[in-house]
Amino acid sequence: MDPAAPMDGTTVSGSTLRTVPVRLPANVDHGTIMDELLKILANNALESRETIARMLNLPVAEVEARIAEYERAGIIRGYQAILNEDQLGLDKVTAVIEVKVTPQREGGFDRIAERISRFPEVRSAYLMSGAYDLLLFVEGRNLREVAAFVSEKLAPLEGVLSTATHFMLKTYKHLGVLMHPETPDERLAVSP
Amino acid sequence: MNDSLSLRDRIARQVREIPRSGIRDFFDIVSTMRDVISLSIGEPDFDTPWHVRESTVFALERGATHYTSNLGYLELRRALSRYVARQFGAEYNPENEILVTVGVSEALDLALRALINPGDEVLYHEPCYVSYRALILFAHGVPVAVETRPEDGFRLTRAMLEARVSPRTKVLLLNFPNNPTGAILDQRDLEAIAAFVREHDLLVITDEIYAELTYDQPHVSLVSLPGMRDRTIFLHGFSKAWAMTGFRLGYACAPAELTEAMMKIHQYTMLCASSLSQKAALEALSRPEQDVREMVDEYRRRRNFIASALADLGLPCTRPRGAFYAFPDIRRFGLSSKDFALRFLREEKVAVVPGTAFGACGEGFLRCAYATGMEQLKEAMRRLGRFLQRLETEKTAGTS
Repeated sequence: MDPAAPMDGTTVSGSTLRTVPVRLPANVDHGTIMDELLKILANNALESRETIARMLNLPVAEVEARIAEYERAGIIRGYQAILNEDQLGLDKVTAVIEVKVTPQREGGFDRIAERISRFPEVRSAYLMSGAYDLLLFVEGRNLREVAAFVSEKLAPLEGVLSTATHFMLKTYKHLGVLMHPETPDERLAVSP
Repeated sequence: MNDSLSLRDRIARQVREIPRSGIRDFFDIVSTMRDVISLSIGEPDFDTPWHVRESTVFALERGATHYTSNLGYLELRRALSRYVARQFGAEYNPENEILVTVGVSEALDLALRALINPGDEVLYHEPCYVSYRALILFAHGVPVAVETRPEDGFRLTRAMLEARVSPRTKVLLLNFPNNPTGAILDQRDLEAIAAFVREHDLLVITDEIYAELTYDQPHVSLVSLPGMRDRTIFLHGFSKAWAMTGFRLGYACAPAELTEAMMKIHQYTMLCASSLSQKAALEALSRPEQDVREMVDEYRRRRNFIASALADLGLPCTRPRGAFYAFPDIRRFGLSSKDFALRFLREEKVAVVPGTAFGACGEGFLRCAYATGMEQLKEAMRRLGRFLQRLETEKTAGTS
């Protein structure tokens, strides 16, 4: 899905635009409701269907149907926990790799990007504007493992012109969540 | 100390005779308890937007630590003038019609003191914010409460006002969206009130601190109605919509003569609002749409949740349309608001504010603030359900 596409029921699949068939009551503003449900789930995917129904003034069955529809349409790709991995002390390093590539005839950047994305070591991959083309987040057990991935798998790929690897040292914020949050609620227990 | 020296008797009458805020009594009890879920907080649970905090730090580094103009930084007043024109539909000259104050609380005090002669009557509606009656009395005015009722959705009508107006009435004090009921007034309600104001030639003070927080329809301000701007002191601030309560920043907009009168009191008592808070406010006005929209969307979801949860528990509650309070009716349990709130606090560790804190006609109601996280709201509603069941059981046992 094109990350720039609005979450209004329209999604880009391959090169053809198709509209996700989500049934809506006639009196409901299409755009608002779609965003609201996804916003709630993006904030807390474990929120119960009953609570979501109350928050949106909708029947529970309607909420369930819409979530199922979003999942079927591929707008909701999955549900994951947000981990503070620093706290786990894992044997793991993450590298951010800038990759310059040659776009291919007919495939553009997509073919080479998909090829790179399929490696399980690559956790995220983005097409970028600016000085390089692809930005990868690559995981490995240690520096050597990541270095080996870059030199043996990534750099030799046809179309890859150059790579620049940066290792991550500490996570302050991930997916909108602060890893070292501020002090708890300091408000007075009762106020006018 | 000399036994014959009774300090209490020497306190000014209008101060001595005003009881402590009911909210403070309740606070004293709550603050002794641990692990309480509080639905009794009249301020947002959101953090002040980061760009506002960050730029306040920058302002401190840059040395914005001196007195400002009595009226407030001109740059801020210009930004306020634009914001008020766009959002509330009335034009105010930043040079002499806008006064930056220490919260709306100070602005309200200034407005009342600037207008009231001893014995002048001030019409205001109850249930209402805890300080209105006291501030009218401090200003040597006579508070005349108009009771709004659940059967009207706690809206204020012309008929109610006509029943209480007198030749001594000078000022009408309004607060919509309303704390504690969540009621709002729409265009038609306001037109009727404006006609009443014109007919009786009154001045108006309108406290619209919750204006940005409406959930079903956009806020309409009294000052946007024909002729109203010229007889109204409009009060607003940054505490609620920007979650900036601790900054203590509000403002009053009024015709130049009235602004000048308030300014006189302000310059001799407060001098100016905090320079840093003024810088923060200026930054807050740089992108109000984004900051406020996210909070409003979240409050709306919570409003929907609490309204639906209260309905399922069988507690009648006027649907809150603004601010962040629900005001459910607990009369059928036969307990006073205070007893209900105290038992609920002791037995279930949930703090709500007895409706009587907001005027005598709040008896039989509770104020539940939903400016708290969803998880806490859900748990509070679970506990409320358990508590109500216990009350029902007691009632049946008592009658059988």
